[in-house]
Amino acid sequence: MPEQRAAITGLGTYVPEKILTNAELEKMVDTSDEWITTRTGIRERRIAAPGEATSDLAREAARRALADAGVEAREIDLIIVATNTPDMLFPATACLLQESLGAERAGAFDLLAGCTGFIYALVTGGQFIAAGGAQTVLAVGAETLSRIVNWRDRNTCVLFGDGAGAAVLRAAPAGYGLLASRLGAHGAGGPLLCLPAGGSRRPACRETVEQDLHFVHMNGREVFKFAVKTMEEGTRGVMEDAGLSVADIDFLIPHQANIRIIDAAVKRLGLAPERVLVNVDRYGNTSTASIPLALQEARQAGRIKDGDNVVLVGFGAGLTWAAAAVRWFDARRPE
Amino acid sequence: MSVFDKVKSIIVEQLGVEEADVNMEASFIEDLGADSLDIVELVMALEEEFDLVIPDEDAEKIRTVGEAVKYIQDHQ
Ligand SMILES: CC(C)(COP(=O)(O)OP(=O)(O)OC[C@H]1O[C@@H](n2cnc3c(N)ncnc32)[C@H](O)[C@@H]1OP(=O)(O)O)[C@@H](O)C(=O)NCCC(=O)NCCS
Repeated sequence: MPEQRAAITGLGTYVPEKILTNAELEKMVDTSDEWITTRTGIRERRIAAPGEATSDLAREAARRALADAGVEAREIDLIIVATNTPDMLFPATACLLQESLGAERAGAFDLLAGCTGFIYALVTGGQFIAAGGAQTVLAVGAETLSRIVNWRDRNTCVLFGDGAGAAVLRAAPAGYGLLASRLGAHGAGGPLLCLPAGGSRRPACRETVEQDLHFVHMNGREVFKFAVKTMEEGTRGVMEDAGLSVADIDFLIPHQANIRIIDAAVKRLGLAPERVLVNVDRYGNTSTASIPLALQEARQAGRIKDGDNVVLVGFGAGLTWAAAAVRWFDARRPE
Repeated sequence: MSVFDKVKSIIVEQLGVEEADVNMEASFIEDLGADSLDIVELVMALEEEFDLVIPDEDAEKIRTVGEAVKYIQDHQ
């Protein structure tokens, strides 16, 4: 019997209401709309309301995904939340979500793989379905990055935004679902993108606060190079595993960090820009939420159709990267 | 092909400039219209073409076509 593939049978997204524009950022740090748009393609990003935490964004996205899939919370076997900004160090945000959804039967854990986390969660959930360990998995990417960026550091604060996306995974009908995936890591690059303090290496204390060590620290240029290379290699890798050529790729959903990274990778792949979704202009880099936000937008715009070959690809802190090739299953297609 | 000719063709491809504008004295930013991220991409293309690793500290010092050519010649 061939391995049982998993398909996304429902998707849901949620972004906070508050929009922060480049013009507003100009009043906060020494930057300009012109610099931000030419170097990143970002025009605005969403910011969580005071008191709104990652699990709150996750809950809204998850409810919408369940409704979209026609699945009750009680039917969920496993919840995986990919996040870099959990509500707290523990318990896991996935457990907070289990409680607020009323997903009584579900096991729940968080997954930390930088901005690549959603693809890692999708692949992990897919493995549970393939192995028969779960029938219904909820894979979530949710972030409140606005809480961990240094709003005095123009090198990083202009880049990030808040948001959440959730996917319901179930066994795919024959011919559909997750065709191939590759997960990668380059631990040597860890210091290039990190939040240095607040863990066991440097517990929180007065000095760590004074030295701004509870904020995101990043070497943008090195991350840029890693991103362009791994987006190309990851995409080519899953294409090879799934037996797809560039011409077979109907749509590419890249992690939305920077339009310049997307453009460089897409050019190297030789893919037509019409086959690539870009929404970084409106949300900035929402880390683990970026892939589901982009996927949902492509689907709602009718740009992804039943049977399409879709590649998801991303990179992030770790450093990590991942890619997945999916034959898109539209649960609502006419029979 | 000389190192200069290879570098020139990469610059023309990456920056979308005319071959005639690419001379040893040309500055990437001032003369060839590149911004900081164009230079990052250019450095990546040079690393791949010449099978080199150009660390960030070195890349920062490469501001002209001539400096790029010299760096490659010295490190090959
Ligand atoms: C962050 C990034 C846009 C910076 O672009 P860059 O060209 O590498 O920029 P640099 O850091 O070299 O800075 C170039 C200049 O712009 C300045 N600058 C940086 N941020 C700025 C801002 N927001 N506004 C205005 N100027 C800014 C720098 O201070 C520097 O000035 P200097 O030359 O006078 O010192 C880019 O490196 C990038 O996107 N990297 C990937 C980051 C990423 O995606 N991280 C998340 C991964 S999940």
